Amino acid sequence: MSSGIQLEGLVKSFRNQHGSVRAVRGIEVSIAAGETVALLGPNGAGKSTTIDMMLGLTRPDSGSVSLFGRSPRDAVAAGRVGAMLQTGALIRDLSVRELITMMASLYPHPMDVEEVISLAGLTQAAGQRTQKLSGGQTQRVRFAVALVSDPDLLLLDEPTVSMDVEGRRDFWAAMRAYAAGGKTVIFATHYLEEADANADRAVLMAHGRIVADGPTTEIKARVGTKTIRATLPDADPAELAALPGVATADRHGASVILRCADSDRAIRALLERYPSVRDIEIAGAGLEEAFLELTSDPDEDPHTQPPTRVEIAR
Amino acid sequence: MSGLTYMRYELLRAFRNRRFFVFSLGVPLVIYFVVAGPNRNVHNYNGVGISLPTYYMVSLASFGTMLAMISSGARIAGERQAGWTRQLRITPLSVRAYFRAKVLTSYAMAVISLLLLYIAGASLGVSLPAHSWLAMTGLVLVGLLPFAALGITLGHLMTVESIGPITGGTVSLLAIVSGTWFPITHGFLHDLGQWLPSYWLVQAGRAAITGHGWGLMGWAVIAGWTIALTALAGLVYRRDTGRV
Repeated sequence: MSSGIQLEGLVKSFRNQHGSVRAVRGIEVSIAAGETVALLGPNGAGKSTTIDMMLGLTRPDSGSVSLFGRSPRDAVAAGRVGAMLQTGALIRDLSVRELITMMASLYPHPMDVEEVISLAGLTQAAGQRTQKLSGGQTQRVRFAVALVSDPDLLLLDEPTVSMDVEGRRDFWAAMRAYAAGGKTVIFATHYLEEADANADRAVLMAHGRIVADGPTTEIKARVGTKTIRATLPDADPAELAALPGVATADRHGASVILRCADSDRAIRALLERYPSVRDIEIAGAGLEEAFLELTSDPDEDPHTQPPTRVEIAR
Repeated sequence: MSGLTYMRYELLRAFRNRRFFVFSLGVPLVIYFVVAGPNRNVHNYNGVGISLPTYYMVSLASFGTMLAMISSGARIAGERQAGWTRQLRITPLSVRAYFRAKVLTSYAMAVISLLLLYIAGASLGVSLPAHSWLAMTGLVLVGLLPFAALGITLGHLMTVESIGPITGGTVSLLAIVSGTWFPITHGFLHDLGQWLPSYWLVQAGRAAITGHGWGLMGWAVIAGWTIALTALAGLVYRRDTGRV
């Protein structure tokens, strides 16, 4: 299996003033070359620590990382990995073009600098000094720096932070264009929509573990449940639960609460079947809540109980 | 040699950073003219056998170049804080090439500082035979080696906020103890100074002018500090990056 990316039994703890924090508690993932995978999870799920271990920036307490059959350090030294780290400013006193040229010079087979500039949407800003860029432009330059080596694996740790809506759209378009060339892309995000729109597969992490792993459509159905609240005095909960798109239904006095797998279908059916329904509210389940539901007990000892891993159809 | 382009841009960055450029090159020059300008006719300063303009040219050359070398620490601390060091660690640039670029950039600044002080000295009537200029330059460049390592060590130990005062304080103290501002010919400070690399840096000029060279003691002190500080820099770097 030298063609892909293997994470085996990754464990990492950090010390802080409160003692030891287990950031990653046993990660097993196998990613084939050419896949685009979203690492999805709330803050503190262990996404960045996992990415740091994949890059060789952090050494795992136990377990191993293999990138195309090599250790992270060898893969990095061979110029096969590009990354946008979660935090990081640019060095000052160089123009965007100079900075990208400087970084390109470090790699054995870099992309053409002008091509990277255009791919990252930096044509207008290429002559500007790095200290004069906006937050969104800085992110684009960091993306260009990650791309310039023409890497086989691109790791992006929350890449769209501080980008505006248009910037995000352009960024993901550029990322998908790159991935379309057969490259492997792994990105961390806590936005389900980003994962859904840009990845083939999502790996959900919570409390340092993988809680679900599968195609984004399945993940979306699983965590994307929405709740419809409405006033409907004489409805039968069993009838409500049978409506299309509704998973469960509860009644509290005059109000009903419907948990829905497909809230669009559910609301249409609800209005059609019960025209008298009023005070309708639709609320999306937050990703964090969904993650908390998916994780059993965050503080159980992984030695007495194996890490929970929910397999969704692959 | 790997990282040549990288080094070229490092130099470009150093030269574009005006504030840094002005402070590390301008300050020694200003001090020189303020101190030596009004005293240009003192031909035998404090009985050490050389004129005051020559004495201070040598002093400020050592002070200025020492400052230029240690200031690589400020650049490293800045890059660490910006997360740039981490970005570089995920490139094929070797640690060795990274430090080589940093040290050679500092040396370039030091050489410019040195040349400016030579020109300033000449403008105040300092006149030396060619071999003295060359010997002095050679000894200064060798004497700066421990400070290159010190710069890297401080850069990985300190934060951007603390490194300015630490660097300034270190250089000022070393300058006093090493006889930069006034000759120290005997007593405790003299005995202490002998064991410091900065003393020999200041002595590089005088030794070249009087034709005595450094002597065994000077070479040994410079070599010892270079080895010790290089080892320390390696240790601090590994601790800072968690890399083996």
